[in-house]
Amino acid sequence: MFAAYTTIGAIAGSLILSIWAVISVNGTADHMLTNVSYQWLSIGDTTIYIGVMMDSLASIMVVTVSTISLLVQIYSIGYMKGDGGFIRYFAFMSLFTGSMLGLVMANNLLFMFLFWEGVGLCSYLLIGFWFHKPSAARAAMKAFMVTRLGDFGFLVAVILLYVKTGTFNISELHQLALAGVLSGSTLTWAAIGVFSGAIGKSGQFPLHTWLPDAMEGPTPVSALIHAATMVTAGVFLVARMFPVFASSETAITVVAAIGGFTAIFAASMGLVATDVKRVLAYSTISQLGYMMLGLGAVGMGYATGHLDEHHALGLGVAVGVFHLFTHAFFKALLFLGSGSASHATGTFDMRKMGGLRKVQPWTYATFVIGSLSLAGIWPLAGFYSKEGILHEAFEFAPVLFVLAMITVFMTAFYMFRAVFMTFHGEYRGGDESGHSHLHESPKVMIIPLVVLAAFAVFAGWLPVGNFLGSHHDYSFFSHLFSGLFVDPSWMAWVSIMLGVSGIGLAYAIYGKKVLSAQAIGRKMGPLHKLLVRKYFFDEMYEKYFLMRFLINGVFAVTQWVDTHIVDGAVNGVATVSLAGGKIMRRLETGQLQVYGLAIFIGVLVIIACLFIFS
Amino acid sequence: MSVGLEHFLILSAVLFAIGLYGALAKKNAVVILMCIEIMLNAVNIAMVAFAHYVDVISGQVFTIFIMVVAAAEVAVGLALIISIFRRKKTLDAEKFDILKW
Amino acid sequence: MGMDVAFWILAVICVGAALAVVFLRDIFRVALFMILCFFAVAGIYITLSADFLAAAQVLIYVGAIGVLLMFAIMLTKESKRGSLTGKLRPLSMLVAILFMVTMILVVISTDWNVAAEVSKEPTTARIAHSIFGRDGFVLAFEIASALLVAAAIGAIVLVRERDK
Repeated sequence: MFAAYTTIGAIAGSLILSIWAVISVNGTADHMLTNVSYQWLSIGDTTIYIGVMMDSLASIMVVTVSTISLLVQIYSIGYMKGDGGFIRYFAFMSLFTGSMLGLVMANNLLFMFLFWEGVGLCSYLLIGFWFHKPSAARAAMKAFMVTRLGDFGFLVAVILLYVKTGTFNISELHQLALAGVLSGSTLTWAAIGVFSGAIGKSGQFPLHTWLPDAMEGPTPVSALIHAATMVTAGVFLVARMFPVFASSETAITVVAAIGGFTAIFAASMGLVATDVKRVLAYSTISQLGYMMLGLGAVGMGYATGHLDEHHALGLGVAVGVFHLFTHAFFKALLFLGSGSASHATGTFDMRKMGGLRKVQPWTYATFVIGSLSLAGIWPLAGFYSKEGILHEAFEFAPVLFVLAMITVFMTAFYMFRAVFMTFHGEYRGGDESGHSHLHESPKVMIIPLVVLAAFAVFAGWLPVGNFLGSHHDYSFFSHLFSGLFVDPSWMAWVSIMLGVSGIGLAYAIYGKKVLSAQAIGRKMGPLHKLLVRKYFFDEMYEKYFLMRFLINGVFAVTQWVDTHIVDGAVNGVATVSLAGGKIMRRLETGQLQVYGLAIFIGVLVIIACLFIFS
Repeated sequence: MSVGLEHFLILSAVLFAIGLYGALAKKNAVVILMCIEIMLNAVNIAMVAFAHYVDVISGQVFTIFIMVVAAAEVAVGLALIISIFRRKKTLDAEKFDILKW
Repeated sequence: MGMDVAFWILAVICVGAALAVVFLRDIFRVALFMILCFFAVAGIYITLSADFLAAAQVLIYVGAIGVLLMFAIMLTKESKRGSLTGKLRPLSMLVAILFMVTMILVVISTDWNVAAEVSKEPTTARIAHSIFGRDGFVLAFEIASALLVAAAIGAIVLVRERDK
């Protein structure tokens, strides 16, 4: 338990410091509290710095990370109780929180990359926490490998930027990009490379395959890392590098397009998932797509000249990160809630759950609040942040706006499908655990749920957007009713209606069982299969790309080179030495005749030399 | 063609080469000794030829001394061979390899 | 003219005997051919007007060394009879041939300072004068005799049966 208390104490300390940071940043003029660099290494002409940047973006992130991490650790005391790796778990969690905090506070790309790798490592360690389970070990490997692909692009981009500009420092890169010094194909490729790192970490298409499998890890891990913090590192990266992205129309369009597409793509797979954590995983991927869409849309507005710099940069960050902020709370809440449900039933398979609302009222209530927030129902937090994104998407990327709207419907549907399957109806888990085991989770697990639920309600009311730079006119009530009654827009009403109808459809199928899920599944047979098999992406990656191309092709070649050429050279040196030795050995036989022969050969050689050189 | 100095010297060279081959290639120690004698004789021929054609008598004097030394050498060499034979029961020169280290 | 014929005959015998020494397998035959070689060399000395040396050759080589070698062969009979060649055969043949070719080339290409008039008087007196006369090789002679004594004693010591 000491491990747990140490961790919680440390994170609580971080939380206090981060709140202080937010307050301080708010007090400064341009929302930049500090941006200092210290020399770390000096190699010839190159100097590498360690630096901290504490501006509004960083301070919001540290608050988010600290808060959610703290609540998750408290929850973990209950959830991981009795697990053999209790201490190891908290050690990894602490390492992760530290790396994440470092990531958001770093002021140069190289330093950030260090922490980027750190969170990747912790993700691997925690996904494969129960490493004796082969599925968990495989999932951890898959996560690491797939994100590695993205990290590779990131690293190449960082190096490219350094070679072209001579600096890793983020602020300097911003200025260079905005001034047009860094431009053209260099900028585009660098931005796309950086974005590929974000794609990997945030599970966007096409590097999304690892996130659903990452649910093999303990649920608090999924809540912290794969919902609220690590996966948001990708969004954070785009936000942090937003001026660089926005200066390249191609790159920012790619961001928006992938974001928007991923949103609907992932949501479609969430419609048929049977494991509640997988539903939440797809939901996370989908919502991250929303965040990317928000950033991308505003960036497109800037790149095409519709917005000026003063407005655009702050607005983009505000829109994307506001949703990151609210999503962190309600998604973590949903994950922890599902963990609470499985704590009682021993499974995550929704087909084996049901009727839990009678036994777990607190879990049920908080889960529903989280789901409503995710569905974007007013006045919960999700509504405000989603609104921001939809608004910008409509203005600058109409096609993606349509996709996003459809996704609103799908989001509400699959979320409440999960709610109804898990908490309503009759318990379908058979008598394996027995009814006596179905109980509410202990207080140490419930309290974080309640706190998160509170956040899920009012987090949207906070002036986060303004804090991040969106320059909206904020007074509490005008903000509270904005979108619907104050500055009404049809989008807000339409999205609420889509959300409600999604809930209604879910109720019809899974609540009241008026419509049959199986019948619909049969009617849309091929489409259903496509969704269930996750568009066959896993097969595609593994069989074709991995096996054929990489293993049999590229790797076989490199292995041949290594064995025959590299090892051949090394072995060749040894063989030559041995052979030389064997030859020299012939002279040392101890037989006089050999020596005599050598003498006469020497005489002949001397005579020959005399002839040649005289 | 009348026989000149070169003929004798060539004869000497041929004999020396034959003796050299035998000294290096043969395994029986006594035969090696015999081939060394052939080499010495070849040298003697050369010496005497020089003495004759250059009209210097010291060529023959040298030859006498060479013969003396050859005789002494054969005596001692054979004594050595015999005592080695008593030890190792073999005359195979390839087996005499204690000089290795 | 006669001397030329004699030389050629003797040279052929000599070289032939030497080749036999080197290439025959039976040791006794080898020893006999060696003695023949010695005789041929003695003949060559005579063609070179070295009468004393020819006699000395027969006495020393044939008489002493040849007999000594015969005795040695008799005393050292091994199971693997015969004079065989070892592993160095090809290489040493090459070296020997190369050596021979080099020497012949040297001999041919040198301009020898040959005396015009060759004296035909008996050599014994001349040799004696050369060794024992004024400014002669007396010292060498004495040392040679000391060497002989040492060799004889050494040979006896080496071959002596060791009594415990």
